[in-house]
Amino acid sequence: MIEIRWHGRGGQGAKTAALLLADVGFSAGLFVQGFPEYGPERMGAPITAYNRLSKDEIRVHSNIYEPDMVVVVDETLLKTVDVAAGLKTGGKVLVNSSRDPAEVLAGFGALNGEVYAIDAVDIAVRTIGKPMPNSPLLSAAIRLSGIMGKDEAIAAMQGAFTEKFASKPEVVGGNMKAVSEAWSAVLKIN
Amino acid sequence: MTRKDRMSGNQAAAEAIRQINPDVIAAFPITPSTEIPQYVSSFKADGLIDTEFIAVESEHSAMSACIGASAAGVRAMTATSSAGMALMYEMLYVAASDRLPIVLAAVNRALTGPININADHSDSMGARDAGLIQLYSENAQEAYDNLLMANRIAENPDVMLPIMVCQDGFITSHGIENIIIEDDAKVKDFIGEYRPEKYLLNPSESLAVGPYSVSPYVIEMKRAAHEAMKNARQAVADVSADFARVFGREYGFFEEYRMDDAEYAVLVMSSAAGTCKDAVDELRAAGIKAGLVKLRMFRPFPADELADALKGLKALAIMDRSDGFSGTGAPLNAEVRAALYGKADVKTAGYIYGLGGRDIKVDDFKDIFGELADLAAGKELPYCRYIGVRE
Repeated sequence: MIEIRWHGRGGQGAKTAALLLADVGFSAGLFVQGFPEYGPERMGAPITAYNRLSKDEIRVHSNIYEPDMVVVVDETLLKTVDVAAGLKTGGKVLVNSSRDPAEVLAGFGALNGEVYAIDAVDIAVRTIGKPMPNSPLLSAAIRLSGIMGKDEAIAAMQGAFTEKFASKPEVVGGNMKAVSEAWSAVLKIN
Repeated sequence: MTRKDRMSGNQAAAEAIRQINPDVIAAFPITPSTEIPQYVSSFKADGLIDTEFIAVESEHSAMSACIGASAAGVRAMTATSSAGMALMYEMLYVAASDRLPIVLAAVNRALTGPININADHSDSMGARDAGLIQLYSENAQEAYDNLLMANRIAENPDVMLPIMVCQDGFITSHGIENIIIEDDAKVKDFIGEYRPEKYLLNPSESLAVGPYSVSPYVIEMKRAAHEAMKNARQAVADVSADFARVFGREYGFFEEYRMDDAEYAVLVMSSAAGTCKDAVDELRAAGIKAGLVKLRMFRPFPADELADALKGLKALAIMDRSDGFSGTGAPLNAEVRAALYGKADVKTAGYIYGLGGRDIKVDDFKDIFGELADLAAGKELPYCRYIGVRE
C-alpha cells in the first residue's frame, strides 16, 4: 500500500488533487482512498488531504501518520508545518517551488528520504492560464508513486479530467498539457 | 449492469436512492449529508428518477413532509445529520408512532455544543429511543447496501417502522473509496413495489393517522410499536439473507471478525471497525488472540446474540462515539453490559473515542487490546476511558 499526504492551503486544490489521484488509481485497477481532513472552510488556511493506493482492500479509516510520500502544494507551509512528520525511511517529498534547490532543502531538517521539486505554478500559468498547481502536482505525484507508466497515467488523467470538468470541457486541454509537461519536469534535489 | 466504481459515501447513498426511486424526498441541507439531496435533485433534473422532491425550510418540516407522504401511502425518504436530525427528533417519534416506513439516510455528525461539523454518533444516539430501526455502516459499500435493504425491512407488514441507515460524517461520507454498484433492474426487482395495507389516500377505507391519543390508548400504541421493533429482528435477518443470495454480500446483526478463538475483543460501530480490523490482523500476526465485533444493528438491539458471541472472552472493549453523561458509561457500553448481565461473565472496559471527528488510529486499538490483557490479568480499569483526550 502507498500512503500519500498532501499539504496545501484552502483554495489551492489539494483536496481536488487527492480526489483525482483516487480516480486515477481506480482506473489502474487499484483499491483507493482519497479524503481531505475537514474543518471550517477558510481560504488560505493550512489543509491536509490523503490518499491510499493498494492492490488489496483498504479497511483503515484513519488519517495518515507515516506516509510513503508527501506533496507540498504551498512551500510557505515549510515554515510552519512539519510536512515530513512520520515520513517512512526512503520516502519521497515533492515540493511545488520555483526556488533554488538549496533554498528548498533548507526548509527541511534531517530527512531519511528523497526530495523532489517542480515549478507547478509556472507550468500551470503557461498551460492552463491560471496559477493552479494541482494538475501538474497530480502528474508529478503519480510519476513518483510508480503506480503506472507515462502513457497509462496520461490516459487515466484524461479520463479523470473529462469526468471532473464535464460542465466546462474547455479546460481539459490546458490541464492535459500541464500534466504532460509536469511528468518530465520533476527533479530530484537531494 | 453491475459495475465497479469509486465514490464517496454520500454519492453511494444517492446512488441507492436513485435506484430505489422513492415517490417523495423531502430534505433540508446540512453538513455533511447535504450532498445526498443535492445529487438526488440532479437525478431528478436529469430525468433519472420521477421522485417528487420537496425542498422544505427545515428538517422538522422534512420529516413532517415524509410523514404526510408515507401516511398517504407512498415511499418517502430523507437525509440529515447532527442538528438537522435533532430538529427532526419530535417528528421521528411521530413517524415511529404512526408506524410509517420512512427511510432516513443519516450521516453521523456531532451535535452542537461545542459547534463542530465532524463525525460522532451523538445525533443518532439521541434518537435511539424514538422507535426507528438503526443500521450502522462501516464504509460506502455498506451504506449503499444497507439503504438497498432499508425499504423492505421497514415496509414488512409485521414491522412498519421508520429506519435510519447511518454512516460516519466526512470519514466515509466524503472519502472516495471503491464500491460495487449493482444493476438498476436487479435492484428494482430486489426492492419491489410498496403496497401498504392501510393508507390515507384509499377511498374505500377511511383512516386516521396521528390523532390525539388519550391515556387508555398510549401504552397500547407503544406496546404495539415495541412488538413491531421485535419483529424487525426477523425482517432484518430475512432481507439480509435475501440480499446475500441476490448480491453475494452477507450481513448479520453484527459482523464477527476473527472471533472464533478470540480471547480479547473490541466492539465498535461504523468506520472505526475497518481501522480495528487492521489492528486485529497485526496482533494476530504477533500471536495475540484478538477479535472484533462490529455492531450493524443498534435498534432493535441484538442482546441475546451478542451475549452468545461474546461469552468466553477474557476481556471486551466497548467503544462509544458519543457520551451519555450517565457516569456509568456511554449508550453502547450500557446496552452491551446489560446484554451480558446474567448471560456471559465477561470483563469489560468502556471507551469513548472520536468525538467531533477526533481521529482513531490502528495504534489506538492496539493500545486498547493491551489494556484488555491487563484487565484480564486482574488490573482494575475505570468504567470508561477517553481515547486521546488531553487531561
